[in-house]
Amino acid sequence: MSEPALGVSASPHVKGGDSTPTIMWSVVASLVPVVASAIYFFGPSAALLLAASCAGALATEMCFGQRGTRRLCDGSAAITGLLLGLTLPPGLPLWMAFLGGAFGIGFGKLVYGGLGQNVFNPALLGRAFLQAAFPVAITTWPVRAESWWSLRGDNFALPLMSPATQDAFSGATPLGLMKFEQTATSSWDLVLGTTAGSLGETSGLVILVCGLYLAVRRHLEWRIPASIFCTVALLAGGLHLLDAARYPGPVFTLFSGGLMLGAVYMATDMVTSPVTHRGCWIFGAGIGLLVIVIRLWGGLSEGVMYAILLMNALVPFINRATQPRVFGAIEAEGGS
Amino acid sequence: MSRALTFRNGVHPGDAKELTAASPIRRLPFPDEVVLPLRQHTGAPAKLLVRAGDRVERGDMIGAAAGFISSPVHASAAGRVRSIGPWPHPSGGFEPAVRIVVDRYAAQMPRRRLVPDWEGLAPKEIVSAVQAAGVVGLGGAAFPAHVKLSPPADQTIDTLVVNGCECEPYLTSDHRVMLEYADRVYTGVRIMLRCLGIERAVVGIERNKPDAIETMRRAAPRDLDIEVVGLDVKYPQGAEKMLIKVLLDREVPSGGLPGNVGAVVQNVGSIAMLAEVFETGLPLIERIVTVTGPGVRKPGNWIVPVGTKLCDLIEGSGGLDDDASEIIFGGPMMGASVASLDTPVLKGTSGVLVLSTNETRLRDSHPCIRCGRCLEACPVFLNPQRLGSLARKESFSEMLEHNLMDCMLCGCCSYACPSNIPLSHLFATAKAALRRRPAA
Repeated sequence: MSEPALGVSASPHVKGGDSTPTIMWSVVASLVPVVASAIYFFGPSAALLLAASCAGALATEMCFGQRGTRRLCDGSAAITGLLLGLTLPPGLPLWMAFLGGAFGIGFGKLVYGGLGQNVFNPALLGRAFLQAAFPVAITTWPVRAESWWSLRGDNFALPLMSPATQDAFSGATPLGLMKFEQTATSSWDLVLGTTAGSLGETSGLVILVCGLYLAVRRHLEWRIPASIFCTVALLAGGLHLLDAARYPGPVFTLFSGGLMLGAVYMATDMVTSPVTHRGCWIFGAGIGLLVIVIRLWGGLSEGVMYAILLMNALVPFINRATQPRVFGAIEAEGGS
Repeated sequence: MSRALTFRNGVHPGDAKELTAASPIRRLPFPDEVVLPLRQHTGAPAKLLVRAGDRVERGDMIGAAAGFISSPVHASAAGRVRSIGPWPHPSGGFEPAVRIVVDRYAAQMPRRRLVPDWEGLAPKEIVSAVQAAGVVGLGGAAFPAHVKLSPPADQTIDTLVVNGCECEPYLTSDHRVMLEYADRVYTGVRIMLRCLGIERAVVGIERNKPDAIETMRRAAPRDLDIEVVGLDVKYPQGAEKMLIKVLLDREVPSGGLPGNVGAVVQNVGSIAMLAEVFETGLPLIERIVTVTGPGVRKPGNWIVPVGTKLCDLIEGSGGLDDDASEIIFGGPMMGASVASLDTPVLKGTSGVLVLSTNETRLRDSHPCIRCGRCLEACPVFLNPQRLGSLARKESFSEMLEHNLMDCMLCGCCSYACPSNIPLSHLFATAKAALRRRPAA
C-alpha cells in the first residue's frame, strides 16, 4: 500500500455548523428589512446615512484593523455601521455619520484589541460620541417631508460647518412630546412607525420579527430582549397604574424611542453581553430599569443608549457573579 | 416513564453510524506481524517478560502487571519475538513495544485453559483472574477491569451501570456486541454482580439503537434485577458522570469517582470481554474494532488480534480511498489522529476512523466573540470561554481555580465554538503542563 499523505490534528475531528462570520452575516441579513423600512419612511436620506456610517466603520476597520482587509469578511464592522446608522436622525449631515462609524470602530473596538475584546457596544459608543459632539444636530427630528424623494435635512452639509438651520422643519419624537409637552402618541402609530424619530426607531414591529428570526436560528440570545421587555413592561405598567397622566403605559414605553432596536440588536451584541444565561437575565433587567429611570426622571427624553452602555460596563462583574455551579460541586464541598 | 432521559448541555453531532451499524462482526485473517506496546492501559506499564528471539504461543504473558493499577500484556498470536523497542503508539509518541512475527503455520488454537472457570471461584479469586487475563475497559481509556471490581472498603456499591450508549459518532462495535452477543454481555453482568456482591444492574442505551434496546430487553435474565433504559441521543451521554446522573439521578462529586455515589460503570464491550475470557479460557488478546469513515473502501466491525498494525487493518477493510486524509484511533470527538500506518491496535482501540479531505479541510479561527455557546455545551458546567482565554495566557494555576480538573476533555466546547477555537486541545495542553510541573 502506498503511503498516503496523512494529516494530524487535535480532537474533536467534527465541528458544529455555525461559524462566527456566519453569525455576523446572518445578523446583517436580518437587518435588511429594518433598513428597507427606514428607507421607506425616510427616503434617500436614510440610504445615504446608512451608507455613510457603514463607510466610516468599514474604512476604519480596513485601515487600522489587525490584518487589513481580511477582517472585513467577518461582518462585524458592517453590523456596527448599520446599527449606528439606524440610531441617527434622518437629517444628520453625512460627514457626521461617517465620523460616528469611524469613532465606533476605532475607539469602540480597535483600541481594545479588535473583535471580541471591546467592553462597550461600538455602535452605541459611536452614537454617544456624536451625541456629545453634535448635540443639536443629533436631536433635530424633521417632520414628514413633502415627497419621498426629498432629503429630510441638510445631509450634504460640509464637514465642520453647521448644517443649515431647519427650525421650520423640525418636529419632535413621541418620547420628546411625552416628556416635554405631555402629549401622547397613538400606539398604532408607534408600532407601525409612522412617527418622527431616528432611522431605526420607527419600526418596532419589523425589528421584533427580524429578532425572532435570529433567535430561532440561535444567532441571538433571546433571554436579553425578553428580560428587557419584561422589566420595562412591568415597571411602566406599575407606574402607569399609579399615575396614568404622568407615566406612559407599557405599550408606549416598549415601542417608543430606540427600545426595540436597542433591546433586540444592541444589547444582544455577543461581545458586550454576559456569557451565562442567568447573567443575560440580570443584564436585561438592569437595562430595563435604567431605561425607565433615565426616561422618566433623567434630563434626556431617551435612555436606551446610556442604559446599555452602563450595563456593558458591568458585564465582567455579572459574568463573575453568575458562574455556573460545576457538576458535582456541592457534594465535594460537603465532603471536604 | 417520567424521568428525564438525558443530561443538561452537551452537543448533537451527526452520529454517522449507518456506515457500519448493519455490518456483522467478522474476523480478519491473522496479520504477518503484531506489535504489542507495554503501555496499553491506565496505570503503570506492564513489565517486560520476553527477549528478542523468544518463541511465544498465543495467550502467553509477555508483560506482567506492575502493581495493582496495572495490567499484563499477552501475545496475541503464536510466533517469534523479532525485536523490542520504541514503536509508534496511538497516543502520538513512541512507546516500548514487543514485535512478534506471526508463525504462519501455527494452529493459533486455544490450548489448555489459561483463565479458570468462574463458577466455582470466590469474588476475590475472580478479581485476580480478571487481572491475570489482562482485561481492561475497551471503551477508550482502558482502565483495568479488576480495579472496578474491587471497590475500596469505604464505598458501598449498590448498582452496576451498563454503558451501551456508544455516544461517539461513527463507532458501532458496542452496538454490534449488544445485537450479536447479548447473552455474553449478561454473563459478564452476572460475573460483575457476583464480584461486587450486589443485585442490581441498569443498562443505558441511546435511542438511535432501537434494535439493541429490544435485544437487550429480550435477553435480560429473569433471575437478575435488570432494567434496560432507552436514552436520548446526545453527546457525551456515555460519559460516566452523565450516565449515572441520567440513570440513577446521582451526581458524582467533583474530583470523585462513580464509586462515591454507589455505582460502577462499565461499557458493554468490556463486559462481554470479561465473560469471553472466562468462556474461552484465553486472556484478552483480541478485540472488536469498527473501521469506518468516508475514507475507507469497505467499512466494517472486525475481530482482530491486539497489536494488529493499522496498515493490516486498513487492507482488511478494502484499503484507503484516494482522498483519505486523516486517520483517527477512537471516535471523532475524543479520538487521536495517528501519523503512522504502523501504529498498532491496542486493547482500548474501539474504532479506527478514516476521514477524507471533505471532513478535514482547514477552517479559519476567529477571535472569541463571547457568544457563550461553549457554556451551553459543557456537560460539567465549566466556563470554557474563561478557561480558554486563561490557557492562551498560560495562566495554568488560575485555570485550576476555574475547575480545570473537572474537564473531561469531551470536546463539546470545541465542537460548539463558532470561532473554531481549539478549546479542549488548550485544556489538554494545560493539564499536561500542570502534570509536568513539580508539586509545590
